[in-house]
Amino acid sequence: MAVTARKLEGAEALLAVWPAPVGEASWARSAREKAAARLMAMGAPVRRDEYWRFTDPTSLLVQPPKPAPVYDAIEKPPFGDVDRLRIVFVDGVYDPDQSDPLELAGVEIQTLAQVVGTDIHWARDLFGVLETRGQDPVDRPLAALNTARATEGIVINVTGQAARPVSFIYRHASETGEAMVRHLIRMAPGSDLTLLENGAAAARFNSVLEIEVADNASFHHVRTQGRAHDRRAATAIFARLGKESSFKSFTMTANGRLTRNECVIEFTGDDAHARVAGASIGEADFLHDDTVFITHDAVNCESRQVFKKVLRSGATGVFQGKILVKPGAQKTDGYQISQGLLLDDDSNFLAKPELEIYADDVACSHGSTCGAVDETSLFYLTSRGLPRAEAEGLLVLAFLDEAIQEIEDPVLADDMRERLGAWLARRGRL
Amino acid sequence: MTALDEAGIREGVDQETVDTVRSVGERYKYGFATDIETEYAPKGLNEDIVRLISEKNGEPEWLTDWRLRAFERWKTLEEPTWAMVHYPKIDFQDQYYYARPKSMAVKPKSLDEVDPELLATYEKLGIPLREQMILAGVEGAEAAPAEGRKVAVDAVFDSVSVGTTFKEELARAGVIFCSISEAVREHPELVRKYLGSVVPYSDNFYATLNSAVFSDGSFVYVPPGVRCPMELSTYFRINAENTGQFERTLIIADKGSYVSYLEGCTAPKRDIAQLHAAVVEIVVLEDAEVKYSTVQNWYPGDEEGRGGVYNFVTKRADCREARAKVMWTQVETGSAITWKYPSCLLKGEGAQGEFYSIAIANNAQQADTGTKMVHLGKNTKSRIVSKGISAGRAQNTYRGLVSMHPKATKSRNYTQCDSLLIGDKCGAHTVPYIEVKNNSSRVEHEATTSKVDEDQLFYCRARGMDEEEAVALVVNGFCREVLQALPMEFAMEAQKLVAISLEGSVG
Repeated sequence: MAVTARKLEGAEALLAVWPAPVGEASWARSAREKAAARLMAMGAPVRRDEYWRFTDPTSLLVQPPKPAPVYDAIEKPPFGDVDRLRIVFVDGVYDPDQSDPLELAGVEIQTLAQVVGTDIHWARDLFGVLETRGQDPVDRPLAALNTARATEGIVINVTGQAARPVSFIYRHASETGEAMVRHLIRMAPGSDLTLLENGAAAARFNSVLEIEVADNASFHHVRTQGRAHDRRAATAIFARLGKESSFKSFTMTANGRLTRNECVIEFTGDDAHARVAGASIGEADFLHDDTVFITHDAVNCESRQVFKKVLRSGATGVFQGKILVKPGAQKTDGYQISQGLLLDDDSNFLAKPELEIYADDVACSHGSTCGAVDETSLFYLTSRGLPRAEAEGLLVLAFLDEAIQEIEDPVLADDMRERLGAWLARRGRL
Repeated sequence: MTALDEAGIREGVDQETVDTVRSVGERYKYGFATDIETEYAPKGLNEDIVRLISEKNGEPEWLTDWRLRAFERWKTLEEPTWAMVHYPKIDFQDQYYYARPKSMAVKPKSLDEVDPELLATYEKLGIPLREQMILAGVEGAEAAPAEGRKVAVDAVFDSVSVGTTFKEELARAGVIFCSISEAVREHPELVRKYLGSVVPYSDNFYATLNSAVFSDGSFVYVPPGVRCPMELSTYFRINAENTGQFERTLIIADKGSYVSYLEGCTAPKRDIAQLHAAVVEIVVLEDAEVKYSTVQNWYPGDEEGRGGVYNFVTKRADCREARAKVMWTQVETGSAITWKYPSCLLKGEGAQGEFYSIAIANNAQQADTGTKMVHLGKNTKSRIVSKGISAGRAQNTYRGLVSMHPKATKSRNYTQCDSLLIGDKCGAHTVPYIEVKNNSSRVEHEATTSKVDEDQLFYCRARGMDEEEAVALVVNGFCREVLQALPMEFAMEAQKLVAISLEGSVG
């Protein structure tokens, strides 16, 4: 379908807001130009687009972005007990003073600015490449914009076992404005990295991560998205997985006006596995959207998607997940579950769990359920002396725990549990 | 069916299923053409054609205007492209929109006056247009036990209804069963009140086209408290070449009534694709129940994908009042392209909608089918059971919507859709949309084979079956369940499909 005038104007406007970077290496310039052309060809997202039917993208596009007051955290920051390499961004700008030196055994770390200024760099084979692959068959215009314009971000070459987790901390300092960051990670065969992310980043945040996981490499990713009530974020992860590799990503979201998390995974080597999970909880204007697209183009790979959303007082939870099994991708094991727990009558859960299968010897299952807290379980707990609110809180935690169990590291998993418990306790639910 | 033999069939897929799917796709028994003189309206579509169809049916002005409004609207619409079906662009001007056997120029007063050639055609299809105490079903159905069972048949041939059986007997019960063109003349108040009230003329591209050019179809009205004394059936036959069939069916079940309605359809083998765009509207009032069953057997095209019927159908039931109930059952084996989503609007408190479907796509067939359950009233219930089987190079998609509106509190939906691939050149897809806007409702969507019900398994095993047997029983039971929902009249057709199991489903 031809791009409508509205979509086209929207794309022009997006490109006009962010200046085209100058003085970069020719490969980077070329990648940026192609991305801008891609964005112009697909246009800005509109509600009529199939993959935006549940989430109105308008507030991700309007200029200037709506302000978001900085959230004054009363709880301890996430991952506080984890020994990690801290890389701090303030309103989306890398801050070397607050960050640890970019040195870590097993990895090479550079800023995106350094990399795109280098004539010969491995990143040319990754930057914009996975994003481009992820544009078919579903347009992801905000990711194309990111490739065309983002100048902040971190580039990591994982050569072996990373000595410590790498942690991106997105500090939100100004009530207004928007941030755009782009990270690239290349994982050598057999390498291992844990990436942690947390923070609200900015009133409006656009983040893209491209990651190439080579044969036998393992990537672990845990993030919590900032607590600022009015922040908006559109994030995308594009991953390509080699033979016997492992990819695990978990996201916890509490609060935020609008969150759109896209995750695009492609299996290109046999016997690999991927897990994408999310636990989200929110109220009132909270809208949380997980859009996952997993392509199986190799034999005997396993993918799991586990998404749990707890919604109250008018909040909306969206899940769009797809498992695509290409011809020949035999012995695929695809699993997908999305569940909404509505704590009151005003909230919405909207889901589209899709399967597209072109191979006959596979097992793909998808489930999606939505409903209120189970009355029988509530009765059980209250009959044992628990106040109703507390009983409900416990059941909410139990509901979300299935997603948290997808995190391998028990310390990180407990950190997530604690944060969710605190969120409920502040609302008198625990 | 070479496509199926070439493709290696993996272990775990039941051989009986493969054989059955093969036999279904092997030879199309209804592919003969009737050599009969036919008169056509001029080729193409314009306002004059719309007027001409209306005039041929002797319609009142309001209906002509309604058609013309639909046509105006249609000109502004674009063909939908969201379904997972691919076919050459249809030239809507290269079609005949009205074709009538010459012998039907003057409507026969009774079946005795109908051209014997036409009667013979239906005879050959296994649909005897005689008022006998036999089953009007498919071939071989006469052999089935049928004491005292009667089925009234409305036979539609290209653009006109050839005749309707048992009209007098039905009339004694107060049931109106006739062609829609006749209903427009005899019962204009009912037609005017309900036509387009479920599927408005502006609904979608194909429904709008149908509203402009629909030629014939069936009309059913069951008065309050009446249990229709026999099953009603319409048999659609496309015969003429290059001719689209655009029938329109309107069923009204008044308060506390019950009717079971069956629909069958076939077409001759032709190398050129044929267009079929039907609309079915069902109005279900308080405590009424409608059972609508389809065995869709349009010509599927040959192994290479030449010819076949392009089937774009809008079917919708409006459960307008409390405890209204509708049940759609479909067995889809025909058509080159299927685009069909029988839906339920559950408006009345406690209304209930059910959808049972088996779709078998073979060779080059493409099916994109499913349902919409729109829960608007309190305590509404819906159940969806869909089984898709793909073989050869076919693509089979389940597409469905379950929507719980804020006011549809304490409602319930259960959806189960399974797919089975036979061979590695075909595709099976699932595109469910789930929208829940209140918290006292429960929605569940799942695929069985990964998770056979533990309780059922336990029950079977406690009775001495081994695990494998128990699983087979539970899984296969599901397919049979759909077939059993079909009325007796389709028993023979269905029996062929009973051997199908969903063992080895992919998701």
